[in-house]
Amino acid sequence: MNAPAPLILLVEDEPQMRRFLRVSLEGSGYRYLEAATGQEGLALAAQHRPEAILLDLGLPDMDGLDLVARLREWSQTPVIVISARGQESDKVAALDAGADDYLTKPFGTRELLARVRVALRHAGPEAEEPVFVLDRWRVDLAKRQVLVDGREVHLTPLEYSLFTTLIRHAGKVVTHRQLLKEVWGGAAGAQPLYLRVYMTQLRHKLEEEPSRPKYLQTEPGVGYRLFTES
Amino acid sequence: MREPGRPDPEPLLRRVQEEEARAQRAKLKVFFGAAPGVGKTFAMLAEARERKAQGVDVVAGIVETHGRAETEAMAEGLEILPRHDLAYGGLFLPEFDLDRALARRPALILMDELAHSNVQGSRHVKRWQDILELLDAGIDVYTTLNVQHLESLRDVVAQITGIVVRENVPDTVLERADEVELVDLPPDELLVRLKEGKVYLPDQARHAKDRFFRKGNLLALRELALRHTAESVDAQMRRYMASEGIHKTWAAGDRLLVCVAPTELSTRLIRATRRMAGALGAPWVAVYVETPRHLKYSEVDRARIEANLRLAEKLGGETAVVEGSIHMADDILAFAHARNITKIIVGKPSRPRWQEVVQGSLVDSLIRQSGEIDVYVITGDREAEAAKARLTARITSPLQNYLLSALIVGLTTGLSGLAFRRTELADIAMIYLLGILIVATRFGRGPSTLASLLSVAAFDFFFIPPYGTFAVGDFRHMGTFGVMLLIGVVIGNLTERNRAQARLARSREQRTQALYHLGQDLARSSGSKALVASAIQCVTTQFHSQAAVLLPDAAGRLQAPPDHQLTFPLNEQERGVAQWVFDHGEPAGLGTNTLPGARATYLPLRGAVGAIGVMGVLPEGAPRWAEPDQRQLLEAFANQTALALERSLLAEQGALDRRRADEERLRNALLSSVSHDLRTPLGVITGAVSTALDTPNLPEPARRELLQSAQEEAQRLHRLVSNLLDITRLESGALELHTEWTPMEEVVGAALNRRELAAEAQRIRVAIPVDLPLVAMDGVLMEQLILNLLDNALKYSPPGTPVDIKAWAAGKSLTLSISDQGPGIAMGDEERIFEKLARGQAASNRPGAGLGLAICKGIVTAHGGRIQAVNHPQGGAQFLVTLPLGTPPAMPEEPA
Repeated sequence: MNAPAPLILLVEDEPQMRRFLRVSLEGSGYRYLEAATGQEGLALAAQHRPEAILLDLGLPDMDGLDLVARLREWSQTPVIVISARGQESDKVAALDAGADDYLTKPFGTRELLARVRVALRHAGPEAEEPVFVLDRWRVDLAKRQVLVDGREVHLTPLEYSLFTTLIRHAGKVVTHRQLLKEVWGGAAGAQPLYLRVYMTQLRHKLEEEPSRPKYLQTEPGVGYRLFTES
Repeated sequence: MREPGRPDPEPLLRRVQEEEARAQRAKLKVFFGAAPGVGKTFAMLAEARERKAQGVDVVAGIVETHGRAETEAMAEGLEILPRHDLAYGGLFLPEFDLDRALARRPALILMDELAHSNVQGSRHVKRWQDILELLDAGIDVYTTLNVQHLESLRDVVAQITGIVVRENVPDTVLERADEVELVDLPPDELLVRLKEGKVYLPDQARHAKDRFFRKGNLLALRELALRHTAESVDAQMRRYMASEGIHKTWAAGDRLLVCVAPTELSTRLIRATRRMAGALGAPWVAVYVETPRHLKYSEVDRARIEANLRLAEKLGGETAVVEGSIHMADDILAFAHARNITKIIVGKPSRPRWQEVVQGSLVDSLIRQSGEIDVYVITGDREAEAAKARLTARITSPLQNYLLSALIVGLTTGLSGLAFRRTELADIAMIYLLGILIVATRFGRGPSTLASLLSVAAFDFFFIPPYGTFAVGDFRHMGTFGVMLLIGVVIGNLTERNRAQARLARSREQRTQALYHLGQDLARSSGSKALVASAIQCVTTQFHSQAAVLLPDAAGRLQAPPDHQLTFPLNEQERGVAQWVFDHGEPAGLGTNTLPGARATYLPLRGAVGAIGVMGVLPEGAPRWAEPDQRQLLEAFANQTALALERSLLAEQGALDRRRADEERLRNALLSSVSHDLRTPLGVITGAVSTALDTPNLPEPARRELLQSAQEEAQRLHRLVSNLLDITRLESGALELHTEWTPMEEVVGAALNRRELAAEAQRIRVAIPVDLPLVAMDGVLMEQLILNLLDNALKYSPPGTPVDIKAWAAGKSLTLSISDQGPGIAMGDEERIFEKLARGQAASNRPGAGLGLAICKGIVTAHGGRIQAVNHPQGGAQFLVTLPLGTPPAMPEEPA
């Protein structure tokens, strides 16, 4: 049985950007809706219930952050934020407000489609897989066992918790705050510094070349991402 | 040598300048009379009416008609400036409203009674100060003055009339007048008018009326007025003669010196000197020699010295305080020689003859040693007053010292008792002398005199037969007593003088030290803000007061430096005083003659061209600068601060101008470079895409190639625009560092994953030790830095050659090295390549706006680090980024 192609809503005020995205998305088989303003975007989202939303943060009529917040009042539809480099704090704010991921302008079609795929996957009914496999890694979530090339690697409880948090959000960026909250549980005094140190330890235990990580990637100023597609 | 008959160019020039200044500046005309009632106000009003008829904008500021009908008739039709009421002791007294006059800005204002003292609460204490301010504002002033109010004639008038006039006007004000018109009335006529009740007298003067308005007095006053007017005409004449080349009639360059002491005589000497100097047209200086005696003077005497020095200043003389020794004559003459003084004025000595024989006479030594300098000795009459006013307070020893000296005498008596009958009587006397000596050297004059007396008494009582009485059996012992007394007093005196001198030296040293410290602090502070802070610090500690430095904004309004927390309570009123000081360049506020009601004293910070700011000093308790030496020190502080501040402000301005010029030049260069670098990729993209669109039947590989090049150029464009944004952010200061403790490995890893490097990432070799300490850095910026350096290295080295990225920690810093195997950096380019738009020679034909390395430098500098480019010993360029290391917070250990 063939389900209809996923519906993507684009909220973007630049006509040329809309044109490029429409061609890319429709060319890849997605159904497509577009809005030039925030208000129109919200209305379309309520009316058509898209599977994912691409949102430009710089809208003429309303702040993109507000739009995310208002959308989250009634919808869990994944939102991918589009913004420029140098606006890391905006990205973090959008992610903390409930956005799922971001794209930095300018971006290519491959990057766009990869992000959309990840977003749609997380939106689908998530059967918690007991085993996570990526390249040389095999993580048995039930047994709390991590294997690299078939050999067991010992992780400390915090390292393991950090790793599994990233696995839960595989492919998506996770902000420092989210990670601190999920791994350290909001313990007093927990700082991004802890995160960096444990992330480094994790890379040294799991990555082939820790200083050139293939999967445990840093998003400077924002957070970390477990990269799942190459 | 000048040709005879040729005008001396200098006075000529001076006259031309003076005349120019005079033509521009406002004119002061004084209606000058011998006594009240001669018709000065009437004459002034008559002339004002004429001027008004000529169309001049005349306003009557102050006109005292005293109800005389004819005068009131004259004043009719003139615009009269309303006065304002000032609260004083529960009363509201009308007073001239200076601010209203300044706001009204007439061409000419009438200000009757130049010598008037303003009601308390006015800006100035005296009306003549109001008039000077009006003149400074460019308003012509007519005013009236009686001869007895002239400062330098005060004593003469007092001698003639027996009335001491309290309201005085400095002679300099009259000298400032462009015109002095004598309003003359023969004494007989004046007396007639007086009888007719046409002369107004203030209530308090009415009782003196009969004494004052005697014909003899009036004749003498009239002569004074006439003579004074003649002198001022004479001075004008002399100026004219000098400028027209008419030979001078006397030896040039007379300079007068008058010695100042804390006596009434000295006050008269100063006035006499002023008159003499006025007649000679010579400059003069009043000198106070500060000898060790200064410390012994009472507050009253010190105040009198200060008052005398101020008087000299008011009379237009220069003042100087010379630090002296006990030979005052030498000090005075040394100063006189140094300043080319030709005449010295001293007072006739008033001391008894024997004192002069013993202590020497200042007048005698001056006359004997003066050489070419003339010495004028002036009578100090009414010496009785001066004699009674010997108020020199001695340095008193505390009571404790007297008790101790008595105790020591008791001890010596006990010791003598032990020695008695075993030794000679002379030895006993020696023991007593020893005691006196100890007391004298320790406790000074008073206790040593006491000790001498007690010793003599005890010696007599206990050891001179008949014992137990004060009777003296042998007359020879009287000699011993005399010697004991004399030694006690002499040694005591010597010690006293030594101590006084030491104390004086100490206070002098403190002053010098204070100034030296200020100088040092100012020299150490760089930038006007730091200068202001250290000046405030110095003033605060030296004068135990709060201080503030106010600098003007662009509009000339004083502002407190914004980042400097003012403990100084600067309300609207105090700010107004400070603003006045700034606008007029004269001190005001507490302890001065202008706005004395203010809580603080305000001094102008005088620079080369007017005031550059104002220093306010708010004393805790009584102001410390009431004494002349402290006041001078405070002024010296202000002057030194002003000089340093002006220099620094000029330097800052200069640096700002230079930077602006540099920025302007760079902006232009950037614009031309950027416009080229932007157009090239745009051209390629447009060309490639239009070809792909418009060429029918383009084979697929060709179309791909075109799009490929369009994509590459678009990426290049992206990089260029990013760089431009970065450099703009760096330079505008909008860049905010979000530093966090970050492992270098993570940032390098993030940079290596960037899409921009993807094509050539395989050429990069990474060697970063595992145990490298964390660095406080902004991860986003640091990633950008590494990306730029890697991109640079890849671009400038042959394809396929490796680029190495390494890091190590040494001491308190961490170094990141990125090296390539390209041609390296041309000699001399190591610094230049970090400048904006600079490109190494090897790079001149490559694209890029030369911003990448400038951005790197900006980022590293923002992190407090250093970046340098060197040529690697094995060839190729090496970029070294050094960042400071700190101590990251400790992390809780986790069981492995």
